[in-house]
Amino acid sequence: MQSGKLFIKGNEAVALAAIEAGCVHYFGYPITPQSEIPEYLARELPKIGGQFLQAESETAAINMLLGASATGVRSMTSSSGPGISLMQEGISYMAGSELPGVIVDVMRSGPGLGGIDASQADYFQATHGGGHGGYHIIVLAPCSVQEMYDLTMLAFDLSDIYRIPAMVLADAVIGQMKESIVAHPRPATLLPEKSWAVRGKEEGQSQNIVKSLQLGDGEMEAFHWKMHARYQSLSLNECRWEEYLTSDAELIVTAFGSAARIAKSAVEMARDSGLKIGLMRPISLYPFPQAAYRSLSERCKNFLDIELSTGQMINDVKLSVARDTEVFFYGRPPGTGSLPDPEELFQHIKSTLWQLPVQV
Amino acid sequence: MNQVFKRPKSLKYVQSHFCPGCQHGSAHRLVAEALDDLGLSAITIGVASVGCSVFLYEYFDIDVIESPHGRAPAVATGAKRARPDRIIFTYQGDGDLAAIGMSEIIHASNRGEDITVIFVNNTTFGMTGGQMAPTTLSGQKTSTSPYGRDISKDGSPFKMAELLSNFDGVAFSARVALNTPKNVLLAKNAILNSFRYQVERKGFAFVEVLAACPTNWGVTPLKANERVAQDLIPYFPLGIFKNTAEF
Amino acid sequence: MRYNVFLSGYGGQGVMLAGNLLSFAAIYQGYNVTYLPSYGVEKRGGSAMCTVVYSDGDTGSPVVGHPSVAVILNQRSFDTYANNVCRGGFCIINSDLVINSESLSPSIVLVEVPMSRLANELGDSRVLNMIACGAYAQKTGLLSIDSLVAALENTLPVRNHPLIPANIKAIECGAESVRT
Repeated sequence: MQSGKLFIKGNEAVALAAIEAGCVHYFGYPITPQSEIPEYLARELPKIGGQFLQAESETAAINMLLGASATGVRSMTSSSGPGISLMQEGISYMAGSELPGVIVDVMRSGPGLGGIDASQADYFQATHGGGHGGYHIIVLAPCSVQEMYDLTMLAFDLSDIYRIPAMVLADAVIGQMKESIVAHPRPATLLPEKSWAVRGKEEGQSQNIVKSLQLGDGEMEAFHWKMHARYQSLSLNECRWEEYLTSDAELIVTAFGSAARIAKSAVEMARDSGLKIGLMRPISLYPFPQAAYRSLSERCKNFLDIELSTGQMINDVKLSVARDTEVFFYGRPPGTGSLPDPEELFQHIKSTLWQLPVQV
Repeated sequence: MNQVFKRPKSLKYVQSHFCPGCQHGSAHRLVAEALDDLGLSAITIGVASVGCSVFLYEYFDIDVIESPHGRAPAVATGAKRARPDRIIFTYQGDGDLAAIGMSEIIHASNRGEDITVIFVNNTTFGMTGGQMAPTTLSGQKTSTSPYGRDISKDGSPFKMAELLSNFDGVAFSARVALNTPKNVLLAKNAILNSFRYQVERKGFAFVEVLAACPTNWGVTPLKANERVAQDLIPYFPLGIFKNTAEF
Repeated sequence: MRYNVFLSGYGGQGVMLAGNLLSFAAIYQGYNVTYLPSYGVEKRGGSAMCTVVYSDGDTGSPVVGHPSVAVILNQRSFDTYANNVCRGGFCIINSDLVINSESLSPSIVLVEVPMSRLANELGDSRVLNMIACGAYAQKTGLLSIDSLVAALENTLPVRNHPLIPANIKAIECGAESVRT
């Protein structure tokens, strides 16, 4: 384990955190802008007796993850839009089989081949069950290299505790940028025994089956209600978010990941010019911090949602805030030359303020 | 009195869902006997595929992972890489392995994954109701080739055992049938060998089992068995196409 | 305080390495640093640019629309980005490859350094990026030459460590070229 401060890319921080989290089984396929993750692990895992395998496709990679995870080990894969789309089949099977596992999505622009620039347009795919059958996975959205490290580690723990696949949803900016991080040792989290794992059945032991086929009368429905309860427990216990200068804010900007990073600088500019603006940054996108939005909206009635898309998270924001809250939107769909800078967001914050009713 | 025939310990005492005359039951039995003979069942993880073979866990008294359609070799790869001390086998049909799963089987075998693959070829998609498979014979009528498979349009049936034997990573590749007592014995041997390869960590082992599917072929079990000899074996010759180790 | 610098050139000019060197130098001086690279899909010859933000507090947005300093190594980068520099900021150019700089807004201070020629005089065209870093440090006074030199070990891959003395020379040459 490397210690002290490291100046590394977000993608490298993911790889470092995975190893520190005890994940020594990685399966993946090259795609920009996440290739530093497999490259790092291809170099480091063999040194510690781990397994790095470059799969023939993302479809195969996610199924290798499924197979490894079924035996009870921690395992990870990473990709970007086109590859994550191919993985949806396997993610659905993992969700149906209650298998943990970590998937890192370093978002790039799309649809189709799109481009390699940062995007947040895969929010729906990530948070609303990208595959078939009706399920959720845990989705964590880092906004710094340190968070790439911390949230990757957290993703492994949450995934093991809840037996739900977990995704670290980053983008090209967060994956490619370099910052200094402290590579904390793995936190001492109490984790459940993986008694469900397939390891070979000794005589007298009961059979372990990892499967998603449910054909018995009422079996599938019961599974859905069980998972529903688990999602509710996630929502109750595992929401994470950051608030910045919200207590007296007249307008709360809300954004996640790289957009939040840019927006925070815009909020600082607004504060410097005397405007009461705050920032609400959800860190867990699933579970979405609904209660936190709700309670903010009891006081502040104006939100400005900013995304690198034409608006996806805004739906969850609108569902979360009190009914009399106005949710404005500013988006820059992804692509070359389309990344907004803080000045642009600051201008938009000001023009949003002009639309607000005058406070008497 | 000596007991000469019994249920293998690796099989559960349950009734199967297979149709009358279906040879999945026989194939299951041979796999279970191999696990028993080699004393492997306590360290074996089966990987079930999608199709009639999906219920592996209902019949085998071992730990099982169910995989998405065609992906069993990838799932088995992940499991074997995570637990190299375990015996991992996949059990796949022809739709699963040779259509949607062609990429996974080609790459897993070429990598020489230390796994055993039992490939049951009955020239049709069984569970979905007898549609055309990549191994459906020329002229064979199925629900999606009602005028018979047209080679000019659908290509020729894949000979998987021969195909895979070309790869350096493949240590053992054989094709067997279950239509006669003699062939069953040969099949038993091939399956036993395919697990020995894994025990000795000698590389990827593949056994293609020609099997009858009377229901989807629309014939009686006896006729189906005859068809294996008359139509299947001439196109899919039995034999060992690669055998790199001696036991 | 928060500082930022934007570097741009074509792939192969060492823009990313220069950004890394400035980053490590800033870290060496105790700053928090964010380095954001961005490049075309081509491995060579496309555009390459990066932004380094360093601060004694939060680095804030990794995306900077109007940098206070831009280091521009070729004409195409100049034409596209030079006028993004904020009012009163520096635009440090490689005057050997930026032939036409007339379009620069008068509110931006143009700093001309014949980087290609200086690099060739030092005997290695590849040290152009080091000359640029030296010029940046000297012109802005924000990073010391000592920090740049100290950062070389972290920035260069071990196989290139024998080239450190040549790089130090180039950094000093770049600094000298803008010393008034």
